[in-house]
Amino acid sequence: MASTWQQTFDLGSRRLPEESAGGGEDDSSRGVFKRLRESLSASRRALTQEVSSSLFERIDEETWERLEEALILADAGAPTTAQVVERLEREVETGDVAADGEAVSERLIQLIAELAATGWRPIDLSGEPAVLMMVGVNGTGKTTTAGKIAWHLSRELGLSVVLAAADTYRAAASEQLAEWAERAGAGLVSGEPGADPGSVAFDAVGAARARGADVVVVDTAGRLHTQSNLMDELAKVRRVIGKQVPAAPHETLLTVDATTGQNGLRQARTFAEAVEVDGVVLTKLDGTAKGGITLAIANELEIPVKLIGIGESLEDLRPFDAPAFARALLEE
Amino acid sequence: MFDQLSDRLQATLSEVRSRGKLTEADVDAAMREIRLALLEADVNFKVVKSFTVRLKERCLGSDVLESLDPGQQVVKIVDEELTELMGGAGRDLAFASKGPTVILMAGLQGSGKTTACAKLARHLGESGRDVALAACDVYRPAAVDQLVTVGEQAGATVYERGTDADPVEIAAWALQRAGEEERDVLIVDTAGRLHVDEELMDELARIRKRVKPHDVLLVVDAMTGQDAVGVAESFAGAAEFDGVVMTKLDGDARGGAALSVKAVTGKPILYGSTGEKLEEFERFHPDRMSSRILGMGDVLSLIEKAEKEVDERQAMDLQEKLRREQFTLEDFLQQMRQVRKMGPIGNLMGMLPGMGAMKQLKGSDFDESELDRVEAIILSMTPAERGAPGMINGSRRRRIAAGSGTKVQHVNQLVKQFDQMRGVMKQMASGKMPDPQQLAQMQGGAPRPKMRRR
Repeated sequence: MASTWQQTFDLGSRRLPEESAGGGEDDSSRGVFKRLRESLSASRRALTQEVSSSLFERIDEETWERLEEALILADAGAPTTAQVVERLEREVETGDVAADGEAVSERLIQLIAELAATGWRPIDLSGEPAVLMMVGVNGTGKTTTAGKIAWHLSRELGLSVVLAAADTYRAAASEQLAEWAERAGAGLVSGEPGADPGSVAFDAVGAARARGADVVVVDTAGRLHTQSNLMDELAKVRRVIGKQVPAAPHETLLTVDATTGQNGLRQARTFAEAVEVDGVVLTKLDGTAKGGITLAIANELEIPVKLIGIGESLEDLRPFDAPAFARALLEE
Repeated sequence: MFDQLSDRLQATLSEVRSRGKLTEADVDAAMREIRLALLEADVNFKVVKSFTVRLKERCLGSDVLESLDPGQQVVKIVDEELTELMGGAGRDLAFASKGPTVILMAGLQGSGKTTACAKLARHLGESGRDVALAACDVYRPAAVDQLVTVGEQAGATVYERGTDADPVEIAAWALQRAGEEERDVLIVDTAGRLHVDEELMDELARIRKRVKPHDVLLVVDAMTGQDAVGVAESFAGAAEFDGVVMTKLDGDARGGAALSVKAVTGKPILYGSTGEKLEEFERFHPDRMSSRILGMGDVLSLIEKAEKEVDERQAMDLQEKLRREQFTLEDFLQQMRQVRKMGPIGNLMGMLPGMGAMKQLKGSDFDESELDRVEAIILSMTPAERGAPGMINGSRRRRIAAGSGTKVQHVNQLVKQFDQMRGVMKQMASGKMPDPQQLAQMQGGAPRPKMRRR
């Protein structure tokens, strides 16, 4: 389970310079958690109390109710919430977990963190070139995230990146990506508005191969999972990429807006049926939403969060830290 | 056709018939189901709490307690209460008596503001108004380009000053231009912003102060979860919005956020955006939204569409067949085709109560390719097989799978679930309540989550 950049990406046999300071990454999850808190919205109260003192002063029926409420308010959904709470309650009843505030809250954090990290593996960038595809519903932050990933890989890790503007539908989508490409120091391959997205992706991967680039990040158009013709189109884009480089795309990431409610589970399920989703990028975590729907997604579909987005700038991307996520889920 | 909340309530209250009287405990059980349904629909937790308290009061009234079908009564009351909560005395857009009407659009990133601006421009333009748009999002790369493109498509003029100017100044300048050019409406697009971003919320307040809009609209994504209330309250504080535009209603998000926002801020939902095309924009219907939130389907719209296609006599024949459990796969194929004729399934499925019996066939979400597959499988069956699925043995299944280009397991699934569905539909057509076990089985057997709160 990752909390550092090094652990987040599998770069295959590429040799890299020692990970640069870039903020002084340290391995302890407390350090990352602290930075996570700091980079989140200014109006958020600092954690003045540990989770234990607010939720678990006394362990009684009300405790479990308040825990349910906290998880529902975080959008974890009724089934996942019931599962977590029942499990913890049982463990306290059987004595597996001591009935004191600290023990229970630690165990809770652990349970949630484990659940959130179900099926976690590093993002596979071992391919040469490695192909990463961004998918998701409209407005969830695919294009911005594609730019952020490109920025990180290019500016922080020194890899050569090509961005593929395979969103040929949305007005000015490739202009938007072009701007990110420029700032990230990445190449860009785009098509005419209305061009076939598969062919843009195909060309981009071909160009990456020709140039010897390390990574291709393919941005796709936002689409509602209920539009089956668009889901078919996405599946086709994926197949076409595979024709350029077998086994590509090596990683498919689904962007999920932190404010998304229970519909997020349906989104994930449908996208996973169309294109095999390897992980989630949980975006817009700098707001007040907790993104608890990703807990339900990890629980029911075994698709974990791998990256989080915490702002609109290219640097505002972080590896997913499950314990930090669990704590943030429960704080007021 | 099935009705999710109705099913559950009937299952929950199924014992009542034999006892003949509804107790407070029964009503509590019903309230729990309603709570769960509303939470699943993303209605805010606290809104759900206060709503169910009031609901319970009403349900304990004698008209429910003594009714013959308390389950149905409860559903009716819930629908009424929800509709009232969602609708009530809303207001239309306010128009200026002289000079351009200024409409300010605000919302979170990715909510669909820019597209909504163009849609609103087109919508207002339809009644002959001369509409202009102001591009005040100077932060998001290519946002101005996007508005220019969609604005032109909508037939509106776009005032823009690139990304180097201050948004407040751009808005003021656009208003001046709109006045000089005698436009009827000026719609001001702004950058998406977090309600907790003090600087940007302050900018929004300043834009508002400067252009003095006649209407401020908050754009909210229909799939927003529990966070909707916090967002709405903050935007209400900074920009005092007058109404809401709900976007991405063409998805299958139940849209509980709509209820939450209205309940907490009192502001009405004015418009709904139902697709990516500019024409896919309409006045909001509170009663239809209420049904959608409950998973009851937009029956009204469906009836409107169905009137053209559904033959009433066929419908009565069908009911008779259902009652006699003579409903065959052939009948099912005809029904399915009829529904398909009505229009893109995507739009219709959202309207069918609980997405209808066909949804039950898979037990989860439903799309065109599912229908294609089901149709292909049935078409690969002989008429005899369609009439008596029980005769479909192993070698027939293999033949059917091969003929329809599917797998044997799909054929198995269809036959099994059709059988289960037929049993349940027979009960419903006979006026009995379906056995909850059977229903649960059909729906994939996921156990109902237990929630302890009242």
